[in-house]
Amino acid sequence: MPPLLEIAGLSKSFPGVKALDAVDLAVQAGEIHALMGENGAGKSTLIKVLTGVFPRDAGETRLSGKEIAPKSPREAEALGISTVYQEVNLIPHLSVAENICIGRQPTWIGTVRWGAIAKRARAALARLDLSLDVNRQLSSYSIAIQQMVAIARALDVSAKLLILDEPTSSLDKTEVDELFKKLRILRQDGLGIIFITHFLDQVYEITDSITVLRNGCRVGCFATKELPRINLVSHMIGRNLGQVEALEQTRASTATIRSETPMLEARAMGKKGSIQPLDLDIRPGEVVGLAGLLGSGRTETARLLFGIDNPDQGTIRINNQPVKFRSPRTAIRYRIALTPEDRKVAGVIPSLTVRENIVLALQASRGSWRRLSIVEQEKLADRFIKSLGIKTPSREQIVRNLSGGNQQKVLLARWLATEPKLFILDEPTRGIDVGAKAEIEKLIQSLRQDGLAVLFISSELEEVVRQSQRVVVLRDRRKVDELTEAAISEQAIMESIASHSSERPEA
Amino acid sequence: MSDWLSDLIFWIAVAAILFGLRRQRIFWTVGALGLLLVFNQFFTPGFFHLQVLDGHLYGSRIDVLNQGAKVMLLSLGMVLVIATGGVDLSVGAVMAIAAAVSSRLLVTQHLPAGVAIAVALGVSVLAGAWNGLLVAGFGIQPIVATLVLMVAGRGIAQLITEGQIINFLDPTMVYLGNGHLFGLPFTLTLVIVMLLLTHFLVRRTALGLFIESVGDNDEASRYSGINAKQVKFLVYTFSGLCAGLAGLVACSNIKSADANNIGLYLELDAILAVVVGGTSLQGGRFYLVGAVVGGLFIQTLTTTFYAKNVSSDIAPVPKALVIIAVCLLQSEVFRTRFARVLSPIEKFLKPVGSWLPRHLPTTARHDSPKS
Repeated sequence: MPPLLEIAGLSKSFPGVKALDAVDLAVQAGEIHALMGENGAGKSTLIKVLTGVFPRDAGETRLSGKEIAPKSPREAEALGISTVYQEVNLIPHLSVAENICIGRQPTWIGTVRWGAIAKRARAALARLDLSLDVNRQLSSYSIAIQQMVAIARALDVSAKLLILDEPTSSLDKTEVDELFKKLRILRQDGLGIIFITHFLDQVYEITDSITVLRNGCRVGCFATKELPRINLVSHMIGRNLGQVEALEQTRASTATIRSETPMLEARAMGKKGSIQPLDLDIRPGEVVGLAGLLGSGRTETARLLFGIDNPDQGTIRINNQPVKFRSPRTAIRYRIALTPEDRKVAGVIPSLTVRENIVLALQASRGSWRRLSIVEQEKLADRFIKSLGIKTPSREQIVRNLSGGNQQKVLLARWLATEPKLFILDEPTRGIDVGAKAEIEKLIQSLRQDGLAVLFISSELEEVVRQSQRVVVLRDRRKVDELTEAAISEQAIMESIASHSSERPEA
Repeated sequence: MSDWLSDLIFWIAVAAILFGLRRQRIFWTVGALGLLLVFNQFFTPGFFHLQVLDGHLYGSRIDVLNQGAKVMLLSLGMVLVIATGGVDLSVGAVMAIAAAVSSRLLVTQHLPAGVAIAVALGVSVLAGAWNGLLVAGFGIQPIVATLVLMVAGRGIAQLITEGQIINFLDPTMVYLGNGHLFGLPFTLTLVIVMLLLTHFLVRRTALGLFIESVGDNDEASRYSGINAKQVKFLVYTFSGLCAGLAGLVACSNIKSADANNIGLYLELDAILAVVVGGTSLQGGRFYLVGAVVGGLFIQTLTTTFYAKNVSSDIAPVPKALVIIAVCLLQSEVFRTRFARVLSPIEKFLKPVGSWLPRHLPTTARHDSPKS
């Protein structure tokens, strides 16, 4: 029996980048197939070519043995290929039923048949073994349920192949379990599912086979059961096993702290509705980790320290001088740098070039009259492209065309160019592949050795533990603990978050 | 010099410029202008006629340069405003204010022309700064903020002229819009000087980078330490100055200040010039030379319709059609879809162009295309 989906020799180039190079992929009916690869490996491009968002340069696609070439996602849907994207692409203010049927609502002489819509929506949800009030507004349900509604919508058209692009990135553990239960039902129904994720655990929990992409080429297709985890990682990043293991074992030593006088000293700094007053010291040559759950006040703290928000109480001293930040511009004057949590919104300038993005902060601190000459700009850009290993066809490439990891590196370069004394990194490794992650971690350690003070914010505890000499634990917008040196461990951080929560009266 | 010889020289120059620009974003703008001229060469008798009178050049092409000066001046300010993601609807009304102020000072106050011009420009800068304050200081949407002055500005101009049409004969003021320098209209010199000045202001300093950065991603620019408010305030103020200059030229052209009609609907021509010049209304990358060429294109179009006796009531329709065609030529999507039709033209242009210089010195490296 031919596979449900068969892709052969698919190629796609963008100006200066070969995004897909003769990629093959075969998905069987009734299987969950993981598509793995670092950022920029070509996963999204493959999906977009498959669903007709981009035209292909070469190659063939067969669905149930029949040659197909959809020109738009709509056409792909009609053929039976449905996609659910990372961000829920639904309309929060419409009802569940409307969301499931919008764009293909049953009509009767031009008027919408609401009864039929509700019935159809219920049927679609039933396939996922889910019963919701389909007339309720979508936004009244949790993100996890919304995700499932999105899947139900995808199934409403007679789908044969379901593509899930990082469906779990905003779900918690129980929600993920719930989602996987539904996926197993669909698998039994004989649906082919392509599953894209960064979480290795989930790949091993649910998928049957794995196709690994790297730099636009297919590395191989493996049965999940027969591929050890460490091999998968090494296929993805294209390095041998020894290197991967070494990377996992690096642990920051504390020997580099230059002086006991903090570079930054915050006392009872806080802002109503944002973060309770807290003390925070960061010394030169030290990485301070900021740990806590989502919404615990990590980003809020960073915003106060960088002058994006103004604290309404407490003091901040830099090198023993009291300071007041009115805007990022003031903070930058004191040699503070920040890479934001949300790269797209507050980080990159998407349609400017790599060079322009790199020089931006340095140029801003010089003002508009003291312009860096083109030659200086090019030198600066080339230096950082080389030293940070930014993968770009040229320094004049538009930043939008780079992968997430490389965009993050461009941002790091932008700030390193200003030679900061304190570097605040808010989730610098989020949504980044393993290779780039390791490089960024290495960079942080080398910055520390050069005597920089670093404030490191991350949701991944193991990363915080590996990087920091001191960890400040936040909970419910409050500092609840501070761990140093030997006391730092994932266990200790988790206990600290948990124990303090039990102090609070049960609601 | 006989006509055919000067035509030949002209066309060689046009071809040379086009080849020089073939890799630049503004190729399509200049190309559209070239096509329009080709049309006139064949179908508008007398359009290419040049004659020398009292040592000054006269002819339709010279008229285009002279009449187009207003839109070209406006487009210099407008392109920067649009690059920050905004728009300035008030430039037409600011033109009327500048005209009213200068002629009032000249005629009823009997002040010297230099003072009148300086005060008029000062008032225009203030008007621009007002827009800048509303947009940057109070965060009002640019369309709404500048709409205020677009509507109120003509009223202000009426107040200044006390509802009269003020006529003047002051030689300095008349020279501004009618005089000649080096045998060419003085307005041409004015446009070139302003273009160079603007180019220096944005490309020899880092202001251009900041403008593009703010227009492309306001929030990220702020995080990078760019004073986005200052940048926005500056471009609206500068747009006011450009509008003031255009207003002075406009009233000089007709030797009177008519608060109701000076600069009427010219804000729309200026916006069109910017768009035809390759700058997106969403902000970000901007093309200074493109905007000026866009202004020239729109004026050529208008003059062509005059020459073909198209009634001014109907003229907007063909004008709109031509502008849509130019915008389509610039669209990536359109060009890829119709690559089969367009590529033979490009192929034809390439071999002839290979012996010409790669970049013309007038185009800054920032004007280079994406890829």
